[in-house]
Amino acid sequence: MSVARAERLVNLVLCLLSTRQYLTAERIRGIVPGYADAPSDDAFFRTFERDKTELRELGVPLEVGRNSAFDAIDGYRIARRDYELGDISLEPDETTAVALAVRLWDSPELTGAAHGALLKLRAAGIDVDQQAPTVVESKVRTSEPAFGPLLAAVQARQAVSFDYRRPSPTELRTRTIEPWGVVSWKGRWYVVGHDRDRKAPRCFRLSRVVGDVRAIGRTEAFERPTGINLLDFVASTGGEPPARSTATLWVARNRAAGLRRRAKVIGQRVVDGVEGDDVQLDLGYPDSAVSWIAGFGPDVLVIEPDVLRKAVLERLLAIAGEVAVP
Amino acid sequence: MSTSHDRLPRLLSLVPYLIARPGIPVTEAAADFGVTPRQLRKDLELLWMCGLPGYGPGDLIDLSFEGETITVTYDAGMNRPLRLTGAEATALLVALRALLATPGLADTDAVARAIAKIEAAAGQAEPAGVAVALSAAEAKRTVETRTLVQQAVADGRALRMTYYTASKDEITERTVDPMRVVIVAGRSYLEAWCRRAEGVRMFRMDRIDDVTVLDEPAAPPPTARPTDLSGGLFQPAPDQQEAVLVLDPDARWVAEYYPVTELDELDRGRLRVAMRYADTSWMVRLLLGLGGDVVVEQPAELATRLRARAAEALSRARHLTVT
Repeated sequence: MSVARAERLVNLVLCLLSTRQYLTAERIRGIVPGYADAPSDDAFFRTFERDKTELRELGVPLEVGRNSAFDAIDGYRIARRDYELGDISLEPDETTAVALAVRLWDSPELTGAAHGALLKLRAAGIDVDQQAPTVVESKVRTSEPAFGPLLAAVQARQAVSFDYRRPSPTELRTRTIEPWGVVSWKGRWYVVGHDRDRKAPRCFRLSRVVGDVRAIGRTEAFERPTGINLLDFVASTGGEPPARSTATLWVARNRAAGLRRRAKVIGQRVVDGVEGDDVQLDLGYPDSAVSWIAGFGPDVLVIEPDVLRKAVLERLLAIAGEVAVP
Repeated sequence: MSTSHDRLPRLLSLVPYLIARPGIPVTEAAADFGVTPRQLRKDLELLWMCGLPGYGPGDLIDLSFEGETITVTYDAGMNRPLRLTGAEATALLVALRALLATPGLADTDAVARAIAKIEAAAGQAEPAGVAVALSAAEAKRTVETRTLVQQAVADGRALRMTYYTASKDEITERTVDPMRVVIVAGRSYLEAWCRRAEGVRMFRMDRIDDVTVLDEPAAPPPTARPTDLSGGLFQPAPDQQEAVLVLDPDARWVAEYYPVTELDELDRGRLRVAMRYADTSWMVRLLLGLGGDVVVEQPAELATRLRARAAEALSRARHLTVT
């Protein structure tokens, strides 16, 4: 931004803050330094439009209106109560919390916005020490390319469409949603919204969005439902609650430490000349338990339940290239 | 970190900032705004040329410099910062709410008060539309471990712990000098100097099986530096090997869970990826668990070892007499 432009914009803000009257573009052209230099009407209006856009993007509330019914065209002013940050003072422990919160983001979109907020809090007289050492450092990353466009669509309340890949059963199809929010749950980002084709609320994992997110139609196109807790919604669609069951396994002596730390030894047994222990353990998610147990190979054998024993053997057979299921 | 896009917000914040801190040194103000003292002086020179219509000596913003300090003597009506934008309020409030919902991260009472005050001051800021659960994956036991470890970090005490190393599938006793606790991607870690490994290590909180706070103080050597997390937790190391895998649809989660390079999108929803790994035994365990849903294309030794391990397991299973 050129010095002249920055100076003009600051003067424009000060001028519109100081007036109670709506000032027309022509009045502003006559008053605010910088606009008089415009070589033509056309050039002036182009510049003025750009300046208004810039201020609105920064969040400056430009009011548009007329002073009386006799005015032929709209004018502009800034209402001080809408412009100014409300009174705020924070206790030292509260500023510590704010400093921690600002450091949370590792995200092109959110880091900048958090720093913008911090700047304004400082301008309101609050001292925030960002370097203060903390015991816990937490970071939330947004590395998915879809994050930025989806966050923008959520904030603009604009519908989007994107190609979405579901892994199993495999399916790549275009989804069109009214996005209500983006959610980080168990270290993954999701977007929650109303699926226009399915006519129901759905959530989508950002890492499964393929290609670009396309904004559709106008902004402020829908209302976000008020009664919905986004985190709860994602948590409840994240998978069925684990069916817990107890399994009995054989574990070779001094092997499979990762499994042993969760198991209880109930006996000893020698299998094919190898010493080991019979153990019992509680299993949560059945499918990931199969992978986990199969991963230990010959070090862990399933005694029961039979369905688990067969599932583990299936995996191993597929790798060994054998076909018969015992 | 100063770009031209940041300049207008800074200019609008600068006068109220200075009003709140009469006589502040230029260097201190520059540090708070994240710019050089030279840039800050340029900003002040610009503001000096701004003011109210009339633009006479009494209408322009006036600043007085005394030595290296600044004081605002006339603010031209710009005495409060601009309100927070929806995006700014969101970034700050969502982060605060995430801290509030995570046990032991911050003084929750202070966080709750900060949220209430910022919401009140931000006024009509948009409702968030962003929500973050920092450690949703943590079991109750893990939260207890983390709470104990955090206290040790705060008190600067060494720890003795029983730790499960997943990559080697082994449990070891270690004495460590805690440096900090880190929560990334829904999981918490202890970053500490490990006396056994003689290096800085990240210990996953849910793999600490037993922990005792020692009387001796934590004393990481001065050379111990916290890990730079800006590139994520997993960083490629030079001594790693690389496997080329073809993942069936049922195994595609591997590409989402571990850092891989996607090579080709194949038919029937399969995906070819390159995946780096430090420990072959860990890789074999992962692949055995995936069964027929993955094909190892490279290296050949990995595929051979995998088949041998599966065959051995099947042979032993035949000897298991189930009663």
